[in-house]
Amino acid sequence: MGSRASTLLREEEIEEIKKETGFSHSQITRLYSRFTSLDKGENGTLSREDFQRIPELAINPLGDRIINAFFPEGEDQVNFRGFMRTLAHFRPIEDNEKNKDPIASEPLNSRSNKLLFAFRLYDLDRDDKISRDELLQVLRMMVGVNISDEQLGSIADRTIQEADQNGDNSISFNEFIKVLEKVDVEQKMSIRFLH
Amino acid sequence: LPPLLSSPLLSSPLLSSPLPLLSSPPSPLLSSSPLLSSPLLSSPLLSSPLLSPFVSSPLLSSLLSSPLSYPLSFLFHFSQRFTTVVPESCMLILLGLVLGGIVLLTSKKQLYQLEPGLFFLFLLPTIVGDAGYFMPARLFFDNLGAILLSDVSLCSDQKVQAGLMEFLLFGALISAVDPVAVLAVFEEVHVNETLFIIVFGESLLNDAVTVVLYKVYMSFVEVGPENVQTADYFKGVASFLIVSIGGTMVGLIFAALLAFITRFTKKVRIIEPLLVFLMVYLAYLTAELFSLSAILSMTFCGIGCNKYVEANISQKSRTTVKYTMKTLASIAETIIFIFLGISAVDKSKWAWDTGLISCTLIFIFVFRALGVVMQTWVLNWFRLVPLDKIDQVVMSYGGLRGAVAFALVVLLDAERVPAKDYFVATTIIVVFFTVMFQGLTIKPLVNWLKVPRATNRKPTINEEIHERAFDHCLTAVEDIAGLNGYHHWRDKWEQFDKNYLSKLLLRKSVYRKSELWEVYQKINIRDAISVIDQGGNVLTSARLSLPSMASRASFPEVTNVTNYLRENGSGVCLDLQVIDNVPGAKVEEESETHHFLAGNLYKPRRRQTLHDSGDHERQDREIFQRNMKSRMETFKTTRHKRHSHKKDRSQKKRRGSDVKEQDLNDKPRRNVSWQDKDPVVVPVESEDEKGEHLEPEKEEDVGITFVARKVPDTPKERPKSVPAGLEVCQSPSVAPPSPTCSERNLPWKGGIGTLPVCVSMEATKIIPIDLQQAWNQSISSLESLASPPGPVEPLHPRVSALSRLGGQRPVSYSGSGVSGSGFGSRGAGSIVAQGIARFEFPPGGEEKDEEEGALSDQEQELQPLMSSSVRPPGPPPPPPLAQGLGRRRNPCVYLRSLVTAPPPGSEPLARSRGPTQL
Repeated sequence: MGSRASTLLREEEIEEIKKETGFSHSQITRLYSRFTSLDKGENGTLSREDFQRIPELAINPLGDRIINAFFPEGEDQVNFRGFMRTLAHFRPIEDNEKNKDPIASEPLNSRSNKLLFAFRLYDLDRDDKISRDELLQVLRMMVGVNISDEQLGSIADRTIQEADQNGDNSISFNEFIKVLEKVDVEQKMSIRFLH
Repeated sequence: LPPLLSSPLLSSPLLSSPLPLLSSPPSPLLSSSPLLSSPLLSSPLLSSPLLSPFVSSPLLSSLLSSPLSYPLSFLFHFSQRFTTVVPESCMLILLGLVLGGIVLLTSKKQLYQLEPGLFFLFLLPTIVGDAGYFMPARLFFDNLGAILLSDVSLCSDQKVQAGLMEFLLFGALISAVDPVAVLAVFEEVHVNETLFIIVFGESLLNDAVTVVLYKVYMSFVEVGPENVQTADYFKGVASFLIVSIGGTMVGLIFAALLAFITRFTKKVRIIEPLLVFLMVYLAYLTAELFSLSAILSMTFCGIGCNKYVEANISQKSRTTVKYTMKTLASIAETIIFIFLGISAVDKSKWAWDTGLISCTLIFIFVFRALGVVMQTWVLNWFRLVPLDKIDQVVMSYGGLRGAVAFALVVLLDAERVPAKDYFVATTIIVVFFTVMFQGLTIKPLVNWLKVPRATNRKPTINEEIHERAFDHCLTAVEDIAGLNGYHHWRDKWEQFDKNYLSKLLLRKSVYRKSELWEVYQKINIRDAISVIDQGGNVLTSARLSLPSMASRASFPEVTNVTNYLRENGSGVCLDLQVIDNVPGAKVEEESETHHFLAGNLYKPRRRQTLHDSGDHERQDREIFQRNMKSRMETFKTTRHKRHSHKKDRSQKKRRGSDVKEQDLNDKPRRNVSWQDKDPVVVPVESEDEKGEHLEPEKEEDVGITFVARKVPDTPKERPKSVPAGLEVCQSPSVAPPSPTCSERNLPWKGGIGTLPVCVSMEATKIIPIDLQQAWNQSISSLESLASPPGPVEPLHPRVSALSRLGGQRPVSYSGSGVSGSGFGSRGAGSIVAQGIARFEFPPGGEEKDEEEGALSDQEQELQPLMSSSVRPPGPPPPPPLAQGLGRRRNPCVYLRSLVTAPPPGSEPLARSRGPTQL
């Protein structure tokens, strides 16, 4: 599998991905072999079905949302670039990245990009607001059946109330950031990718 | 410092007094002494051969010191100025010095020494047991690698300092970072969790290393350095492994045993705390007996059994265990430090050698720092969040030596180790230096370095939810990226836990999450109290939480109602406040919600380490079904229009959408899939169906549960119902006492005839129907709380049968008796929701209309959630008049009669509540 991966992945492509996502060379090739093993159609792109075939995702409450996050608006396929771009959100922030000059384009794994990723999980209609309904949907997904809907509703209400600053009964991205400002997002939205 | 000075003087007679004096503790402060003495007294019975040598003297002296020292440490907590600067442990050592000096002056001979036997058999276990039992297991295991690594090598660092075997021995014992000292200092400093866990965990495990090394070197010394061969070194390493692993195993075995036993203590709750103590202590003793690492054993026993025991034992036992352990631990801690001080004064025991002492101090410092830096360097290769320099500094600075080293050195055999006196002196100085100097300076240091402190604040609801979402995200992404190595062993363990351990060790009822009920109940009460406590605001909230606004017309001003209710309530509520003295601030409420969420949100796999109980499987199933369902829908719709599926999903889930429409949407879809003979689809669909069956069941829960939530609106229900509910429900798994019993037995219930007085005619007139109704609901809900969720189950077959009827299901379901209360509850639910939502908007003018509006609002809001889309045909809120009569004594009867009459299926439920009607 490894050899196949390296043959299919051109060197300049790797360079580009490296630049864009910050993954190391070996990480990219490793993830590429994962990508190809997921790609049952062998057409260089992943479809939703490919993702859904991952057994663990079937028992992940937010599995489908996360799968959706891999797909750009209105598309049904994702290529390796897109795949890596999404994964890059979860790359831990390294020390040398912290003091980069802020003028350079923000890396995908910056705090706000991580938050944006999470925010998009809620924000289905992409109006940059988490409405009560959207929040409820996610809550319902994450919560066992032994919580009543009313209970959930009031939790959702309270959540929104807590975060909502401008009184529009929904959580905007700014409010989302504000609410989570004390949370160590950099750590909690990071995965250690193997080198 | 007058209190400090006077108290030793006061207590010095105590010191020299015989045991009998203690049996009648002179002040209430001394009440802690019985606590201490009981384990001490009972332990000899446990393993008399082992303990008999120690029973006599340590027992006496510890008994002596416990009443003495405890009030003193108590005093420290009052002298605020000192404690902000000086850690308690330093103060205690100082005090010990003073005490020791006084005793020495008076009797010319040091009477009370910190004896190793006492220390290792009684004092250390209490502290370690406390730490182990309450150790946040997840954190611990997260950092286990770090702990192990830093531990082993830090210890070995120190032996470099001398060539001689004896110095090696000394190096081994002096390098032990003392859990007691570290615990004492770090807890006061409040460093962040990671740091704390690493340093503390390290010092805990250190014991294993130290004791082993100590024993190994001890044997080397005995043999004589010239006789030691290379093979012996390997033996040393092997024995280290055996000791630590063996200790762990013993601990785990006892943990399993303890968990298993507590499974059957349902009828004898009273022995639960005792069992916990005894078994944990037994683990310690057993390990000690086999020369295994006792601390490791105890720690792991605590960690291992915590999850199961907590789930098995009753709430009261839990509280007892918690506070007793904490008390014991702090007593032991105090005693140790005081003894340390006392022992230091006795000159006969030690000999001064400046060179040795200064060398030791320097070496300790240097090697600790070196070790930390080296290991963190290695560790950071593997850690997601590297330990930075500041952490390293604190880690190396936090290497406090304490009582363990001291006890070990005192244990040395003076004949074999001629330099013992020097070692003792050095150890004492080192301990003093590290505890006093480092202990004093670590706080400023931490401040100066701006080490992130532990935050005591509870996560907000937002954080709670979002962080959980993050976790799910991470898990999913890990799965997608094919990285399963990181949490691999943890997953394995969970599988094992789920499949075998939980089944074996957990009570069956625990699967039903009785915890949920407790928490739930609390939320309701907090809600109620907080609403009331909001004073003026009650107007709005109470008003908003009324199920209907109809009768509000009879009230010129709602404020009056609420005020009236409040006043009325406060008189009657005394009982409640006794039971539940939490002031019901919003914070409380939130923290409850937080717990609630914590208990009920699905946990991502990586999270469920040890804390999670056996409902994992169910969770998986639920999620799986849900996901499959949504995928099915996606699949189907994408057939029609390939690209619109996202839209469809969101539409399907859009809560605000028209109910009917949704219903329609739902049904055809299902039919389609039924007709689909797709081999894959069919099984999935059936599962889907199953999921549907589950839903109703859940909703019932909801119905019942929910009502309780309702509590907020009426203050006066608190007096009556809440205490009863509380009392009864305290331990829900005890054979559910019928509410009637409680009614009869409880004093305030007994006088039921009188009760109405408070609520009485006036109230009947004044209180709007809706309040009445709400009140009834809350009462019935509390009763339903009294009866565990069990009865719900019998419904299941019926509901599922109904659901097979297709479109009928929601209707018949909600129409059935269950929803009689369910209906009310629903109303209430949305009320709460609306209450919050509408808080900002002052009410419109028209009362009647509003009522209807409110109702339909509720419906709209709720129905999509409830998936039962048709408005329940059940009776609308009970008519005011009937209510007025029925309500006073047992208003719930009315409701219940409504509830229970129609449905055949809900009989069990009805029966469970039946008794109340008497």
